[in-house]
Formats: sequence, structure tokens, C-alpha cells
Amino acid sequence: MIVRLVVSLCAALLLAACGHGPRAVTFHADDNPEKLSAWGLFTVADGRIAPHEGMVTYDLQTPLFSDYAQKWRTIWMPKGVHAAYRPNTAFDFPVGTIVTKTFYYTAPASATDPQTSDTVVKMTPATYQAGVSGLDLRHVRLIETRLLVRRASGWVALPYIWDTDGRDATLARTGADIALTLDEGGKKVAFDYSVPNQNQCAGCHVQDFRTRAIEPIGLKARNLNRDFPGEGGEINQLKRLVAKGYLSGLPASGVPRNANWQDLKIDLVDRARAYLDINCSHCHNPTGAARTSGLWLDAETIDPRLLGMCKPPVAAGRGTGDRPFDVVPGHPERSILPYRLASTDPGVMMPELGRDIEHHEGVKLIYDYILTLKGACTEDDGTGQAAR
Amino acid sequence: MTKGIALAGCAALLALMSGCGPKVDQQGFTVDPDFEKNLQQKLLDAKPGSVIDVPAGKYALTRSLSLTADGVTIRGAGMGKTILSFARQSSGAEGMLVTGNDFTIEDLAFEDTKGDALKVNGVKNSVIRRVRAEWTGGSKTSNGAYGLYPVQVTNVLIEGSVVKGASDAGIYVGQSNNIIVRDNRAEGNVAGIEIENSNNADVYGNIATGNAGGILVFNMPNLPVPGSKTRVFKNQVFANNHANFGAKGSAVSSVPAGSGVIVNSNDQVEIFDNDIKDNKTANVLISSYYSTGFDTKKGIAAAYDPYPENIYVTGNRFSGGGEDPGNPTLVPLKAVNGGRLPDILWDGFTNPKIKDPGICVQNGAAKTLNADGPSKFAGARIDTGRNCAPPSRLPAIVLPDAMTKDSGTKS
Repeated sequence: MIVRLVVSLCAALLLAACGHGPRAVTFHADDNPEKLSAWGLFTVADGRIAPHEGMVTYDLQTPLFSDYAQKWRTIWMPKGVHAAYRPNTAFDFPVGTIVTKTFYYTAPASATDPQTSDTVVKMTPATYQAGVSGLDLRHVRLIETRLLVRRASGWVALPYIWDTDGRDATLARTGADIALTLDEGGKKVAFDYSVPNQNQCAGCHVQDFRTRAIEPIGLKARNLNRDFPGEGGEINQLKRLVAKGYLSGLPASGVPRNANWQDLKIDLVDRARAYLDINCSHCHNPTGAARTSGLWLDAETIDPRLLGMCKPPVAAGRGTGDRPFDVVPGHPERSILPYRLASTDPGVMMPELGRDIEHHEGVKLIYDYILTLKGACTEDDGTGQAAR
Repeated sequence: MTKGIALAGCAALLALMSGCGPKVDQQGFTVDPDFEKNLQQKLLDAKPGSVIDVPAGKYALTRSLSLTADGVTIRGAGMGKTILSFARQSSGAEGMLVTGNDFTIEDLAFEDTKGDALKVNGVKNSVIRRVRAEWTGGSKTSNGAYGLYPVQVTNVLIEGSVVKGASDAGIYVGQSNNIIVRDNRAEGNVAGIEIENSNNADVYGNIATGNAGGILVFNMPNLPVPGSKTRVFKNQVFANNHANFGAKGSAVSSVPAGSGVIVNSNDQVEIFDNDIKDNKTANVLISSYYSTGFDTKKGIAAAYDPYPENIYVTGNRFSGGGEDPGNPTLVPLKAVNGGRLPDILWDGFTNPKIKDPGICVQNGAAKTLNADGPSKFAGARIDTGRNCAPPSRLPAIVLPDAMTKDSGTKS
């Protein structure tokens, strides 16, 4: 009896040690496995990482910027259950749902072992991978895979960092800093890629300070409402989820849609608002961590003052950059918002986490957006106070 | 057998005592590569009732610490002994971020954080006891903004703590309710102690000196709750004459260097039984948001009340101050009072819809200058009509017993 137990234990250990996990997606209701492979999500073999049965790859209209990392996102649900549509917040997902986000970079073509390459390059159209059937790893350095797992008690966030041999990833609840160099067309920028600790995951994923419940951020109608390749061809992702049996209650019309921030055919203001929504509104919303700032940048907010127009900062400290208001219409150079987006000083920068280099294209978008805003921040010195 | 254990124990003890303790690097940091990871791991694993002891030592941390669990106590060996230094910090907007209820932190120090030292956001029951938050390079604009920073917290106790060098406020209680801030020392910050958009606060027994402004009671626009009902008493507020080194655009950048106690746009504030002296702009300032220069017609919520109302100044011991106002526009006002600003400077903005703003001063010979801000100082005068008192006084703040129980003083 004992011998058999020991033998099976050893077998289990061996399995884990070799990085082989189950061949099918395996929901862990309570435990947090040390190795990513224990979730049975991926097969890493022959220069590819491939998703297992039932995992649907998706993308967002406009993504969060994370130091130019590329992201491969999947969602999986157990058989027989599905998410319920909600118009403005993340869908109501069933227990057992597993969401993965794999952060990776393109390694230089010259790198013989991309997984140990400390130099990474900015993605180009040529190196973009949709990820529908996984990723070609020939020029890829995998950094981390974050899981959001819906358990009976709620969502749990688990960061796994890829091992140097690229075969498996290891749970890193306390996060990590990974020193990398970004090659931006010949210009080299050293930076620390920061894997958040588990509480920091909650720092963004808790959208309502009263419940303190972790929720997905990307998996909202407004972010998913776009065409993307996969099962059924290049079709609307929400419809794909419905066809797959993963989503119910999708209305025939009136589904919100954020702009694609890079689609120049779309109005500049819409693109900027989509960028602010996905990069800022997980904190800057009426119930988020930055509700205390009075600056709300979620897609639903329409009051110009709440969007920062001529609004004095509340507790920005030196984050003001010597500028008087969050947004001065027509004057990005006098507005606090682009100053903090461009900064990489931990005491100044926004977002506060997950960024160590400036997102030039994103900052330019916000700069251009403020340039188009009309009006002036005329001081009210109180001498005409009866007018108030 | 017993002997064996005893021997092993002795060996361990000897090893500890014979200088085999923690090693220290050239900058004086304890050499313990896993300290940061282990401490963060304990914060992740903490459960209600957990006590996390942080031993003596000066530790270099590179990332923000974060705690989300309820009911956790973090305890060091003393604010001069257990030092969490963020001089080498590379990420995170604070030294430690707490979003758990029933939180106690005591007897340790945060040094040189890039942003705020300790932030507690949106919880109930926070105790910060004998904690030092300091920027060791002196008062600089590049220092982090806030030292001890509870925001939207119900029941706050900050006591016996020390804050130095914050580029905004040393102790900053924002949007909170039911607050005691006592027996702290705030020195060399832009604002020593600031109570902002908070209700029901007792601020007493503190020493505020060498800041640009000593103790501030402010209301900012565009926030969910306006603040009121703060008592500032039995404090020593002297020589807060440091140059204002706050970043322009920050609320405290409008504070004239040399301000003792400032009430801005807040209501029902009592200032009594303090020793307030040698603050070169004025010992007490009472002002409206209009005087900050940040008011715009577009950017301020219509519901915002920019006027200070029902302020009571009584029984304070004033001396010196007012000779050298930190804001040049105030200098000409010295002539109104024979060459120095009097102990109380009021900007004179009042709500036209309210008959009496209730600005009351019963403080012996102390005089009040009404600067007549609405007419750009044209009618500045010593206001002799301020001899009044509120119909009733504010009650003392009471916190839950569990919060005020102190396990003991550490040096």
C-alpha cells in the first residue's frame, strides 16, 4: 500500500519535473500548481506552443500597453457551462473558466536561442502572430503566462514565468523583474520587464473597491466586439463565442464597441478614448482604485470635467510635472495626463505598474487628442463670485 | 537526548552571538537577497490575525509591497531599527499599498520611496503607530509625494510617527472619516499634516516644524465627499518657514511658505489650545479655494463649496510670525497691521447666499486681518467683528477599542 503510494508520488513528481502535464485542460478548483503544465493548457513541441482542445484565442480592439510585449490570449470553459452577456462590465463567467494571457517578445533573427535572448525587438506586421493555432516559437522569447481562473469563491490571478528552457513556466506569486533590452529599429533601450505579484494583479483587476472581487478586464463586450480569425473564419469574436457555446444573451444590436486605437479611419477622439479606457479605467473609474482622484477615464464617462478638462489634480504630488490641470484643451504640453503617460519615474508614471518604457505611439495619440479639444481653462478668482 | 538538544541550542546561540549575524554591505544595507521576496510572500499568505514581524535591519527593496488581506499586523523592531529603504526602487507608486481592513503597522520605517511611502486605500480601521516615513536627502521636489497616506478609510489612527521630507504632505488623511492624528512629528515636508475632504478628525499633540505649512485642513473640488468637523488642538506648530518645494499644480504648491495652521474651503474647524509661533506668513490662515489660483469655471463641480465656514480659533498661544510673508502678493498687507501680518489671516471670501460665514476668533489679543480677497485686497483691514463662538463645540473622536490598544512602546 505504502509502496504503491510512494511509486505514484514519484511518478507524479517525475511528470512535473519533465514539464509534461495533462494533455487536456484541467481546472484546479483549489490548489495553485507550481508548474503551468499542470493546467494542461498547452503543448510545447517542435518549435511551437499550441493550445489544447476547447481554448479559443481572442484579441482586443485596443490593448493595454505592457512595454511593447506581445500578448496571446485564450479562454476556455468546461463543457456545458457558458458566460452570461453583460453590456458594460466583464461577462459573468461560470466556475471553471480559465483565461490565459501569454506575454512574449520577438527575439532578434540572429538569436540562436530566442528564449534566452535578453535583447528583444518591437513587433512588426511581419512578426505579428494571431495565435489562433498557437505561436511559432522560432523567434519568440516567452516571458510569462498569466492565468485568471474562475473558482467557486471568485477569480484568482496566477502569474507563471517561463523557464529558460522554454518548456514550462513556474508560478511566481511574488512577481519578478526581468532585465531586457528593447531594440527599436537600432535604438537600444534597457528596461526591467515587471511581472506583478499576486496582490498587484488584484490592484488592476479589482474594479470595485467595495467588493474587492477580481474581474477580467479585457473580456468585455466593448473590447471583444471585432472580427478575428479562428473557428468559423474571420468573424466577430462575440459571435464565435456564442457559436462555441461560451456566451449567452448576446443582443442582436446595440453591443458597445471600443475603437481600434491604430485604425486611422476612425475618429481620433474615439481612438483616444479607447486607449484611455483600456490603459487607465481599471483604476480610473467611479469604483476603482483611483476613484479618489475624481478623474474617470472609462468609456462610459462623458462629463468633460470627469475626463480631466480644466480639472485640478487631487493628490498627484510631483506627478503634476508643474502643470495646473489634468487636461488643458488644445495644450497637451500644459496637461498632466500626457506627462504622466510619458514618464517612467515610478513616483510619477501612469499606469503605476507594468510599464518601464514610454509608449511613444500611445502618448502621441493622447497628445493629438488634447490638441483637438476646444475651450480654455479660465481662472475663476472669485471676484465675480455671485455668478457661481 | 535532552543534553544533545541543549548543546545544539547553545551552538546556535553562540553562532548568533559571535558576529555571525546579518552581514551589511558598503551602503549599510543588510545583505539578505531573499528578504524582499520573503516579505512579499508573507503579505500574500497573510490571513486575518496574521502578525508579520520584520526584524531589525536596513533592507533595500526594489518594488512596492502590497497587502490585500484583512486583519494583518506588520511589526518592526522600532522606527530606527527596522528600515525598509526604497532608495533602489525601480517600480511601484508607493513603498507599501494596503487594501485590507483592520490593518496595523508599527515600529518600522519607510525611507526614500519614489512615490508615496505608505498608502492605505478604501478600507475600515487602520492603525499607523510609530512609523517613520522619511526622505533622507532632505527636502526636495524629487522626493515622493506623501508619507503616511490613508484615503477613503473609516477609522484612522496615526500616532507616534515621524514624517520628513515629503514633497507634498507628510501625513495626508484624504476623504476619510473618524480620524485621530496624535503625537506625531512632521518636519521638512511641504505640508506637515494635511486633513483633506475628511470628516470628524482630531489632530492633537503633534509637532509640526520646518515645513512650508504646518497643519492643513483642506477641501478639494470634484471629490465625492466634502470635509468638515476637524479639531486641531494642543499641537506645537512653529517656524514652518521652509521654502515651498512642492511641484507646481499640486494643491500644496499654493501654500505660502511660513504658514502655521491653514484652513482652506473646509467647514466646522476648531483650532484651540495650540502653541503656534514664528510662522513668517501667518500663524493661522483661513482661506477659500479662490485664493489657491486653481479655480476654473469648467473644471470645478457645481456642488463644490469653496468657502471656509464656521471656523473657531480660541485659546491658542501665539508669538512671533507674520514678518515675512512667503507669497509676495501678501507683503503689502503688512502695512495694515503696523509691519507684520497678525496671527490670523483670512482672505475674506464669503458665500453671498449665506449671511454669516461664522469665522470666529476669541483668542486674547490676537488680531484677524480680513484681506478682502474679493476686491483684490482693496479693503484689507483688521476685522474687529470676529468675536463670536459656535453654538456648540465638536465632540471628541472615539475609535474602536481594538485600534487604540497599544502592545508597547519601542524605541
